[in-house]
Amino acid sequence: MAGKKVIGVLALQGAFVEHEAALRRCGAKAIRVRRKEELEGIDGLIIPGGESTSIGRLLVAYDLAETIVERSQTGMPIFGTCAGMIVMAKEIPGSDQFTLGLMDISARRNAFGRQVESFEADLDVKGFPRPVRGIFIRAPYIDRVWGETEVLSVYEGKVVMARERNLLTCSFHPELTTDLSIHKYFLDMA
Amino acid sequence: MAQKATFAVKKGLAQMLKGGVIMDVTTPEQAKIAEEAGACAVMALERVPADIRAAGGVARMADPTVILRIMDAVTIPVMAKCRIGHFVEAQILEALGVDFIDESEVLTPADEKYHINKKEFNVPFVCGARNLGEALRRIGEGAAMIRTKGEPGTGNVVEAVRHMRQIMDEIRWLKSLPKDELMTAAKELQAPYDLVVEVARTGRLPVVNFSAGGIATPADAALMMKLGADGNFVGSGIFKSSDPIARARAIVAATTYYDDPKVLAEISRDLGEAMTGIDIKTLASEERMQERGW
Repeated sequence: MAGKKVIGVLALQGAFVEHEAALRRCGAKAIRVRRKEELEGIDGLIIPGGESTSIGRLLVAYDLAETIVERSQTGMPIFGTCAGMIVMAKEIPGSDQFTLGLMDISARRNAFGRQVESFEADLDVKGFPRPVRGIFIRAPYIDRVWGETEVLSVYEGKVVMARERNLLTCSFHPELTTDLSIHKYFLDMA
Repeated sequence: MAQKATFAVKKGLAQMLKGGVIMDVTTPEQAKIAEEAGACAVMALERVPADIRAAGGVARMADPTVILRIMDAVTIPVMAKCRIGHFVEAQILEALGVDFIDESEVLTPADEKYHINKKEFNVPFVCGARNLGEALRRIGEGAAMIRTKGEPGTGNVVEAVRHMRQIMDEIRWLKSLPKDELMTAAKELQAPYDLVVEVARTGRLPVVNFSAGGIATPADAALMMKLGADGNFVGSGIFKSSDPIARARAIVAATTYYDDPKVLAEISRDLGEAMTGIDIKTLASEERMQERGW
C-alpha cells in the first residue's frame, strides 16, 4: 500500500474524537467530515456513536446524505458503530426516522434497554483470534439480515456485528477501548 | 459475563452526547420538538431555570409523572435533576429509569456540606463546576460528566465563559508543572491527587465537559465550543424564546459548525427574540445559583 490510508470520521455529533484517536493509533490518517467536500479523497468513512436522530437531521440539513450513499455504491468502505448502525440500516422497526438505508439489516434502537442496562462484555468475532471487549451503551442490535449481509458476532442470541461487502457495523464501541483489532479489520477493507 | 454500571459504561454515554445539545423541557410536546430539532438528550423538568428563579421558594426534583411522560415521548436519553446532596431523590430518579442524573445547583440544595456519593449508583451523574478543583471533587465522588455552572436562567453567557476559561486555564497550568509540584497543586486546587496527576498527564478532564448556564443564541453555543466545551446544555434559552423550533435547530447546528462563521451567520438569521437576559451584577449573592455546591 502506498502512503497512509485517509479515513473520514463523520463529525456531526457523537464520539468522533475517539475514532480519530483509534485510527491514528492504527497508523491511518483521520479527518473530520462535516461538509460534502470533505467526503472527497477519503478511502473510507466511520459513522460514530452518538444520537442517530441528531446525526440524521444534520446529514440531511447539510446535504451530506446523497454523497455518502453514492460513495458507498461505488465501493467506499463505511463503518458504523451504535448510532452509526441505525444510520446505515435499511429498516428500523417502529420508527420512521431518517436513515441512509445502506445496509441490508433491520436494526432495533435502544434494544438492550435504557442506560442502567448498558454493559460491557467479551465477544467472539468471526475470524478474530481473540475475543474483543464490547462496550454497549443504550445499544441497538440487528434483528434481521438479508441479501449478502454476513453476521460476524452474536451476543446472547442477538446479532451485534455484521458486514455486507464494503459495509461494516457493530452495536458496541471499539473506539472506547484500547483494542484496535476492529479498526484494523476496517482499515483492511479500505 | 456482562458487567453493568462500570465507569466506562457511565462516562461512555456522556462521550456519545459530545458535539450535541441537551435541552431543558417541561412537557412531552417540548421533548418532541427538541428531539426533532436534533437535541442529543433532554433534561426533564417541571420548570425551566428562569421560571424557578422567578418563582422563588424551594425548588425540588420534578414530579415522577412529568419525567415518565417525557421518557415515553422520545427515543433520545432523558436526564433529570435532583437537589445537591439529596441521595433519595437520586434513588427515585434511578428507579424511574432516567438515563442521567444532574445533581444540580438549579434546585435548592438539600445538604450544605456534602454531595451525593455517586459511585453507589448504576445511573451516571453530571455535576456543575466553576473551576478545576470543583470538577475533580465531583469526579472523585463518581460524576461521569461535568458541566460549567454558569448562571442558570439568566440568558447571560458571561458566567459560563468565566467557568470554562477558569477550568481550561487551570488544566494548562497543571500540564506545565513538574511532577514534584503536583501534590501541592492538588492541595491548592482542593482536588484528589490521583485525578490531578491524570489531568497533568493527559491535558484534559477525565470525563466529558459541557457548558451550561446562560446559553441563549447560536453564537453563544459556538463560543462555548471554541473555548473547549464538548457540547452544550441549553436550559431556558430555547423555550423562553419567541420561536423555540428555529432556535433549537440553530443552536444544534452551531454546536456542530462552531468553527465556521459563514454557517453561523446563516443560521443566526431570523430567529425571533432571544430570551430576555439578566445582568449578573443585578443578582444578589443569594440569588446566584452558581454559589451552591461545595
